[in-house]
Amino acid sequence: MSESHAHDSAAPHADNGHSHAPARTHFEVRILRQNAPGEQSYWERHKVAHEPDMNVISVLQRIAAQATTIDGIAVAPVAWDCNCLEEVCGACTMVVNGHVRQACSALVDRLLEDNAEEIELRPMQKFPVVRDLVVDRGRLFRALEKLHCWIPVDGYYDLGSGPPASPAQQQERYPLSECMSCGCCLDACPQYTKIELERREGETDEQFHARREAAYDRNFVGAHAISQVMLMNLHPTGTMQAGERIDALTAEGGIQVCGNAQNCVQVCPKHIPLTRSIGRAGRAATKRMFQRFFDR
Amino acid sequence: MAKQRVMIVGGGLAGLAAAMKLAELGVDVDLMSLTPVKRSHSVCAQGGINSVNALTRQQGDTEWNHLDDTVYGGDFLQHQPPVKEMVYWGPRIIDLMDRLGVPFNRTPEGFRDQRRFGGTLFKRTAFAGATTGQQLLYALDEQVRRWETEGKVTKYEFWDFLAPVLDDDGICRGCVGQDLVTMEIRAFPADAVVIASGGCGLIFGRSTMSMACTGSAVSRAFQAGAKYGNGEFIQVHPTAVPGADKLRLMSESARGEGGRVWVPRTPHDPRDPKSIPENERYYFLEERYPKYGNLVPRDIATREIFNICTHEGLSVDPTRPCVYLDLTHIPRATLDLKLGGILEIYEKFTGVDPRTAPMKIFPAVHYSMGGLWVDYQRSADGGLQLGNPRNQQTNISGLYAIGECDYQYHGANRLGANSLLSCIFSGLIVAPSIDSRLKSQKGIAADSSSKLFAHAVRQKQAEHDALLKNSAAGRGISGVGRGGENPYRIHEELGQVMTRAATVVRYNSTLAEAIDSVHALQDRLRRSSLSDTGNWTNQNVVFTKALRDMIPLAKTILLGALKRDECRGAHFKPDFMMPGIESSDPAEQRRQAEAWCDRFEANTRKWLKSTIAVLDVNGEPQLSYEDVDTSLITPRPRLYGLVGAEIIEQVWKERQAAKQLSNNGAPQSVAHPEAVKN
Repeated sequence: MSESHAHDSAAPHADNGHSHAPARTHFEVRILRQNAPGEQSYWERHKVAHEPDMNVISVLQRIAAQATTIDGIAVAPVAWDCNCLEEVCGACTMVVNGHVRQACSALVDRLLEDNAEEIELRPMQKFPVVRDLVVDRGRLFRALEKLHCWIPVDGYYDLGSGPPASPAQQQERYPLSECMSCGCCLDACPQYTKIELERREGETDEQFHARREAAYDRNFVGAHAISQVMLMNLHPTGTMQAGERIDALTAEGGIQVCGNAQNCVQVCPKHIPLTRSIGRAGRAATKRMFQRFFDR
Repeated sequence: MAKQRVMIVGGGLAGLAAAMKLAELGVDVDLMSLTPVKRSHSVCAQGGINSVNALTRQQGDTEWNHLDDTVYGGDFLQHQPPVKEMVYWGPRIIDLMDRLGVPFNRTPEGFRDQRRFGGTLFKRTAFAGATTGQQLLYALDEQVRRWETEGKVTKYEFWDFLAPVLDDDGICRGCVGQDLVTMEIRAFPADAVVIASGGCGLIFGRSTMSMACTGSAVSRAFQAGAKYGNGEFIQVHPTAVPGADKLRLMSESARGEGGRVWVPRTPHDPRDPKSIPENERYYFLEERYPKYGNLVPRDIATREIFNICTHEGLSVDPTRPCVYLDLTHIPRATLDLKLGGILEIYEKFTGVDPRTAPMKIFPAVHYSMGGLWVDYQRSADGGLQLGNPRNQQTNISGLYAIGECDYQYHGANRLGANSLLSCIFSGLIVAPSIDSRLKSQKGIAADSSSKLFAHAVRQKQAEHDALLKNSAAGRGISGVGRGGENPYRIHEELGQVMTRAATVVRYNSTLAEAIDSVHALQDRLRRSSLSDTGNWTNQNVVFTKALRDMIPLAKTILLGALKRDECRGAHFKPDFMMPGIESSDPAEQRRQAEAWCDRFEANTRKWLKSTIAVLDVNGEPQLSYEDVDTSLITPRPRLYGLVGAEIIEQVWKERQAAKQLSNNGAPQSVAHPEAVKN
């Protein structure tokens, strides 16, 4: 921790800036690798030199640079996904020491406090592995399409300001709008199961794409998407299509699949009130069902 | 039946704004991005987006003031017509984003709340917590997804732009891209290609930018003949949290909401900062710049923080340079409401709660003000002629650039909260420009000779294969080629060279050495060996290609900085500083002020020019200089904090008035009621 230097140096007899425990020079990392979709995964062990302020991304960068396992065998660098390294882009989600989270905010010293033996990295479990720690999260974005998660404005010409909103409304919408589509909530969800399709012989790109999307659409959309529906439905303009979104949300693979395990809200790195969104969406769906029943 | 199509490279604010506007105009769009567009670097923008608004208007603010703050803050290095157009669009852009669902913070009455940013005296910045970029990006992402379901936009995510495809007449007919998963290389015929790939921070190793900000797409356009403007102007943000893997931005909004920068007056004072009494603290920005205080423009704040740590020896931490950015006097609830997002970042990555302890921050490379040179068509009233195909077009016909990767709008130093505006604005206005181009164009790129595209693909495939083959042949037990060079280590060295030579302060000797170092790195890079020679999600080869393409940009940045012997905005050379006036004798003061103004005018004649780089046949940058359109606001000295600023300003104004008189009512500038005040 950056603060520890200042505190330690202020403390008596700790002029080296470290505590009494022997300084750690190296640590071990165990990574579940997979060369390509459909191939067998395997564990690989690496040894990394310890530096101050490391996170899992910098660990993977060192491994890429050394490209040698703990046994001295030359290997291809581990593939992983990352971008902002500030925990706002949602790219670097993986399973670190058994917990699904962003690799960038997984600080090495903290991880070693919990388990001094090693750091374990594996890909998310609910998405098809592309390679090593890289997974295909296309299904997550497909759910946003299926549920019409956008404000259907009349166009982009100048039509004046948006509808007024109270601070309370803004504060209700804002946390939902921080969802970065990282997929943690899906990986932790017992109802969200992996869908991995193989290309059939003679199938074109378009055909394969369509078949995959159909499979995605039949299966559970997940907490993130339900919460996005509530975000759109809370907007004064978005609410005009609230019914359509609720219809899409109650179609096959919709909110009724949710088993209320509440794992989603516990793993959400942005502390988004996902279960509250689910509760509200459920009530909206019930209301809509009665409305439609009596409107027949 | 083939239709006209447009390829957009990059899915941040600019690329998405362009995509949705083109779709609205009925144009089919392909969108290529290294990452899923929702993960683009625009998500990291924190503080807000500028425009004049109902509130500031009544305090005397106008679009013209916003224009003036932008060009003054940018040290007059931008063509003024595009900036004028942008600031006049500002209010409409905020309105549009509001309509698209961005949860802007609200006042108790339900209006959009505003905060203050550096370089202005008005509360002109709309914001959504401290994650404004994220919210704006998501709103645009949602609109583009909507068009995607209607078939107007096709996304190619996890694709790398390799090169534009130019026909025999040098017209851009599409591009070559590579699938980052399958490594397939293919051509995309396009009737216009728009580069919207963001900044090039990775050239400096660690910066506040994302890992996708390699500058490679821009460099590939540059290598294909596109001109690069103002390369040497790299903004170093005054406040960032130093980290081992990257430098995390601490937004200017922290100061906009009342954050105070200080150091203990006693060097390395070991006390808990909260226990240090007020009179033993040095609020150096507030003392030195009473008018703007902690909200001086970024180049000034950056240099002051850098100086106080390095030259004045007042760094808070004895082992590494940093100063306090203090929010602890602000109520917790206010902080959570307005700055929650960034405070969480600090807390998460340092383990310290900035609501109760002052943050430790230091400047970091943040924004590329230089970029691909782009054209514009000036309108009679000094703005842009909308819908003219020249707007945002590079010197290559059919190749456009928008957002951070073009060189317009910011000049020598970017005004805080103007980047989001410029990105969305350039994205929105490029659409009608391209639409006009498509309407007047005969033929469709997809019908161009298939040989053209096949040749381009073959060439890129050959380069790719050669890189893998050399590496495989040279691969030794270390995992890196036998005698071969490791690209990751070369990148680390490049970052060190660039950070040392071309960030806060610049010296010609260091810059010249850095150019030699980059040449040496380039030689080593030619001998690089990859530890992965496969053809499936090979991040190793993609990185190596990006690194190779950083070299021409790195050289351009260094050479531009070496040649420009002056101080201007983000470019600061102590050897060419113009010191203030120390004398207390009025006559002597006056004489020195006259001399100062003479020197300023001479410097302006020589250096108030855009640096334009092209690559010669050997791939070496060649520089030339282009006049800047300053027809709206006459350049004047930027006198923030200079000793004797008052007398210099007085002499300067007298000179301007005399000039005005001798012109005798024949104004060179566009008539504007407020123009005279400048």
